[in-house]
Amino acid sequence: MSTIGDAWAYLTDPLSWVGSHGMFGTALDGSLRFQQDSIVALTLEHLYMSFAAVGIAAAVALPLGLWLGHIRRGGGVTTVVSNVSRAMPTLALLTLFSASAIGFGNRAVIIAAALFAFPPILTNTFTGMADVDADVREAAFGQGMTRLQVALRVELPLAVPLIAAGLRTSTTQTVATVPLAALVAGGGLGVIINTGVATQRYGQVLAGGVLIAVLCLGIDALLARAQRAVTPAPLRRAAVVAA
Amino acid sequence: MRGVYGRGVDNPWLSLDYLRRSGDEVWEHLAIHTTLTLEAMALAIALALPLAMLARRSPRLSGPILGLTGALYTVPSFALFALLAPFTGIGRTTVLIGLVAYALLVLVRNTLVGLQGVDPDVVDAARGLGYSPTRLLLTVELPNALPSIVAGLRIATVSTVALVTVGVVVGYGGLGQLMFRGMQSNYRAQIATSALLCLALALVLDLAIVLLARWAMPWARTRRDRVRAPRARVRGAAA
Repeated sequence: MSTIGDAWAYLTDPLSWVGSHGMFGTALDGSLRFQQDSIVALTLEHLYMSFAAVGIAAAVALPLGLWLGHIRRGGGVTTVVSNVSRAMPTLALLTLFSASAIGFGNRAVIIAAALFAFPPILTNTFTGMADVDADVREAAFGQGMTRLQVALRVELPLAVPLIAAGLRTSTTQTVATVPLAALVAGGGLGVIINTGVATQRYGQVLAGGVLIAVLCLGIDALLARAQRAVTPAPLRRAAVVAA
Repeated sequence: MRGVYGRGVDNPWLSLDYLRRSGDEVWEHLAIHTTLTLEAMALAIALALPLAMLARRSPRLSGPILGLTGALYTVPSFALFALLAPFTGIGRTTVLIGLVAYALLVLVRNTLVGLQGVDPDVVDAARGLGYSPTRLLLTVELPNALPSIVAGLRIATVSTVALVTVGVVVGYGGLGQLMFRGMQSNYRAQIATSALLCLALALVLDLAIVLLARWAMPWARTRRDRVRAPRARVRGAAA
């Protein structure tokens, strides 16, 4: 089992963590560059790309989902969006973007990942808002609350568990999608695997797979805790079912 | 991005010229993509149904089976291929194992949810009529769980079609191979054609399952609203 030995050697070599030229450098245009031979730098780049993508997706999907859920329309649209996104291969979007005006590299990856991060947030926000008990809504309106107050003070708190579940699904999925960036000259932990395959160092490939798997499981476990923390105790059972 | 052709050279997204010139190659990759998907789905179904029934028969196993599938599903396909490649080599076998693993997880989960969702009164009635456990499972529980199984089958098939493209990392990605090469040579028609074919393949297979399900479940046609399959809730990621 020399492959496992190689993987172990790669993972225990301090140089593979901090890189042979340090972790950060300067790109040609003077911007910060994550060195591609350092696990630490690649992990940071991976997280930066993931959170940028989820941030963009959430900035659009949250308000849209809140609004559509509040007026209780557009359920069909959200279903279609999530179905199409499942059929669309990530690689197709990545290669399409790379060959278009967007160009190679991290920007194409962040935009593509944001598109895939969008549907879970939208669907869950919509469902969370639209599934609030009609009687509760009625009662809030009856007390003289305005539409905005009903949406933000009554529906939103009740929808928080589902919204948190959506953000978690979306983030985990994005962290899992970003490795593909390596195929279109982007960064992130996928680079380790891609370089390993290209140079036939299968120990490194194995190590890269382990690193990505650990990162994904870790992020998911962390977000599971966060999701539990923002969910009020009486709503926890419901949230587990919906996750 | 101007790409390798330089300024002013036509590089359309869709071109009949590309199909005329490389039709054979496109066809070949489409065939690889389709057979790989079908093979993976057949293997996954053959493994998932017994596994789900096993979990149903002994509740002690259902917890671990569902927990394991959930955790495995969080591991991205890109990483899974990388974990398998050193041992199964690069090529078809690695991709096939990965695809079966992901499809398996969705199918087991949905079959189990379907079996657990069968009306207890119906099960009680069948038991009262003297059905043996096996007969109960095959003629009462399984047909009642079909909508949920079909829903899982649709999700698994559509995501498998998309997942095949990730096989590029081990050099066997079906149409993904064409996308990747098209990207490397900045050949837009090659990328767009293979992407559209991927979507079309997913759509066709999905439609085939829907039609097959309608034929297999005549009772569902008239009361479609009642037996609408529960949407599978699959956590995690298969990028």
